[in-house]
Amino acid sequence: MKALRGLCWGLLALVFCAALGAHWIAPAPYEKQFRESANAGPGGQFLLGTDELGRDRFSRLLYGTRISLMLAPAAALLATFIAALAGIGAGMIGGRLEQLVLSAVDLVASLPWLFLLIAVRAVLPLNVSAYTSVGVTFLLLGVLGWAGAARVIRSAVLAVKESGFLLAARGLGVGGVRLFAIQLLPNLRGPILAQFWLSIPLFIMAEANLGVLGLGVSEPLPSWGNLLLDLANHREIVEAPWRLAPAVLLVVVLLALQVVQNPVGTREAGRREVAEA
Amino acid sequence: MRVLALAVLSLRVAAAGAEAASITPVPGGEPVWGGELRFAIHGEPKTWDPLLASEDAAAAIRLLTHGSLVRLNRKTQKNEPDLAESWKILENGKRIVFQLRGGVTFSDGTPLMPEDVRFTLKRVMDPALHAPIGDALIAAAGTGMVIETPGAGRVSISFPTAVANPVGLLEGLPVLSSQSPLKDKAVLGPFELAEYKAGAYVLLKRNPRYWKTGAGGRRLPYFDSVRLDIQTNRDIELQRFRKGEVHLMETIDAESFARINSDMGPQVALDLGPAFENEMLWFNMKPDAPIAEYKKAWFQSQNFRRAVAESIHLDDIVKLVYQGRATAAAGILSRANRFWLKQGLEPHPLNVVSAKKRLAEERFQYRGEALFDSAGHPVEFSLVTSSSGKTRTRIAAMLQDDLAKIGIKLNVVPLDFPSLLERIGRTGNYEAALLGLVGEDIDPNSDSNVWLSHAPQHMWNPNQKQPATKWEAEIDKLIAAQASTADQKKRKAAFDRIQQIIWDEAPVIHLVNRNALVAVSPRLRNAQPAVMNPHVYWNADSLYLAAEKK
Repeated sequence: MKALRGLCWGLLALVFCAALGAHWIAPAPYEKQFRESANAGPGGQFLLGTDELGRDRFSRLLYGTRISLMLAPAAALLATFIAALAGIGAGMIGGRLEQLVLSAVDLVASLPWLFLLIAVRAVLPLNVSAYTSVGVTFLLLGVLGWAGAARVIRSAVLAVKESGFLLAARGLGVGGVRLFAIQLLPNLRGPILAQFWLSIPLFIMAEANLGVLGLGVSEPLPSWGNLLLDLANHREIVEAPWRLAPAVLLVVVLLALQVVQNPVGTREAGRREVAEA
Repeated sequence: MRVLALAVLSLRVAAAGAEAASITPVPGGEPVWGGELRFAIHGEPKTWDPLLASEDAAAAIRLLTHGSLVRLNRKTQKNEPDLAESWKILENGKRIVFQLRGGVTFSDGTPLMPEDVRFTLKRVMDPALHAPIGDALIAAAGTGMVIETPGAGRVSISFPTAVANPVGLLEGLPVLSSQSPLKDKAVLGPFELAEYKAGAYVLLKRNPRYWKTGAGGRRLPYFDSVRLDIQTNRDIELQRFRKGEVHLMETIDAESFARINSDMGPQVALDLGPAFENEMLWFNMKPDAPIAEYKKAWFQSQNFRRAVAESIHLDDIVKLVYQGRATAAAGILSRANRFWLKQGLEPHPLNVVSAKKRLAEERFQYRGEALFDSAGHPVEFSLVTSSSGKTRTRIAAMLQDDLAKIGIKLNVVPLDFPSLLERIGRTGNYEAALLGLVGEDIDPNSDSNVWLSHAPQHMWNPNQKQPATKWEAEIDKLIAAQASTADQKKRKAAFDRIQQIIWDEAPVIHLVNRNALVAVSPRLRNAQPAVMNPHVYWNADSLYLAAEKK
């Protein structure tokens, strides 16, 4: 299992590095149209061929990976931060605040987020750069994606709150910030990290879904979402399997993320059990 | 009437050009009665009032459920008698007398009377109703139309001045009952509304009192029902067609065309030639539009617009986006409209040098490769387009690349269609738009609702109280002049001039006329696909499904 985790970490590092170095690695600018070579197959000039407008698929995959892999963790961080604030606040303080947070969680969770994103995109200023547009998209994903995680974190807080070691600490006179920082927070690290890791693939998929709808990242910027649009034509995939590259990379990265994040929860849970004992 | 539709802007073609392909007739076999015709509409019907229908879904339901005095045969492109068995044009086009068909009843049994025609015309011309289908009629008749019912099933309609094409004005106008307690639910078409499930389907059932008869003198239609599946996703529609769950597709893209023909045989997907549709780009020239004043100044500059037009590789769009199944557009009329299209009018030539010269004349300057106006603003604007489908996104990406070569930065903003229409039609909060215009008639007079400066669908600057420019004033006059004469030569000359003005001024940059590509189930009989909209189901009363092979 350790070897597998190591492999996954290595793979993720490789993908991240390649994405970060897209500017140097990519053989062509992602928006450059080689119209005379449209729909070309893989070859010396175009490693993964070209798309229907003659843009180099490999370059677009590198830049698209950078967009999706940089912004999805950022959105996940934001969502997890909001979730942690709400979940810890609700669990620790309880009472009306808890009711308020739970109501907010229900409300946000019940929102048809896809339509909300479409609506928000529709009212955004028109003349924003593609980078701003994609930034806003992920920001919205982050702002809207905290509800489920908040519920989990609140449950974890409630469990820790009733645990023996916390009661013992209180009995010894530990309270306030000290209780929170030394006793509570370390024991919530596991669930919070797990929520963070789980959110990343969720947001990658959300952006991909928006891309499939023609929203999200706008032309000419590539992302996994708009690169996956090519897969709508299954016949062409059979004839040109290299078009599957974005999907393959997406699946590999998501699986790697699952592998590297799983032990976090397990290890932390184990640590808590030891602490309780 | 031109309809701004999801995929389109359109034109009507003239005594026309396009050679409509047809399904190879299947020899032998008796027509099969019964069954259900199924196809997709691409949005919810926005209204059930047939006079208010303007978008594709409601227009389809109107065509399938309502009868009109005259019906356009999409195949022959000629008007044919429908509820009127004959008509006479009198006084050089100032009066037209229709003889109604006898023994026709609405679906609830109420007899068709001349009074119903008068009732319908009064209603459609009510300014408070804002019926899109009445625009051309109102433009031709103003408030001076006199409708008389002299008896014996006759209806006389007099116009204040001679009208260019009085029959065409009434083509497709649904006749409503003035007597029936069901009001506009009493219909004269082959089908009537049976059920509507929002987001899922509209079910139409056979009108048992439809007046047309088929084999053996039995009342048409052959089908017992028509199910219009509300399906916005064209890929799913295609999958369902391939499974035989829908029987026709009114529009397919070039990729699907190739795929269907390779999988299902060469007679299933048909290329009908250039459609009456224009893919076009235009700039927002509305004076009170909530956009920067300096951008309005760019858009109002003829040289700026022409420079943009001269920098677009139309042939590349045809080749890469449509896989050759389209033609570079020369102007407001589709290439399919061979009679009305001005001879010799060609697309704006690709000429980057000329484009840069025009920009220099307007005191635009280059700093590096980027273009700036005389006040130092970088030339950057947004282009809104519909987010559904890949075609427009691809065109937009190509425009982005082409305009970058003359230093213009284009931001592409795909929006869902309701948001897009909100911006274009109501708030005016956009800078440039890429959409299609669909024509429904050969005679360009029906497109007056787009080219008249006071018209709401005058997309670049709608609802003008006075024409904003001299050339728009000239267009208004030409449209009025041709509308009041039956002299085809004079009308042609007027429309030639209008086309030239639009080409010269380029308020709209016409990009391509896509070919009409349709898919028709091999089981569907009597289909006569035509280049005019709707391409396939226009004769739904005569269609039937051959029995499935065992």
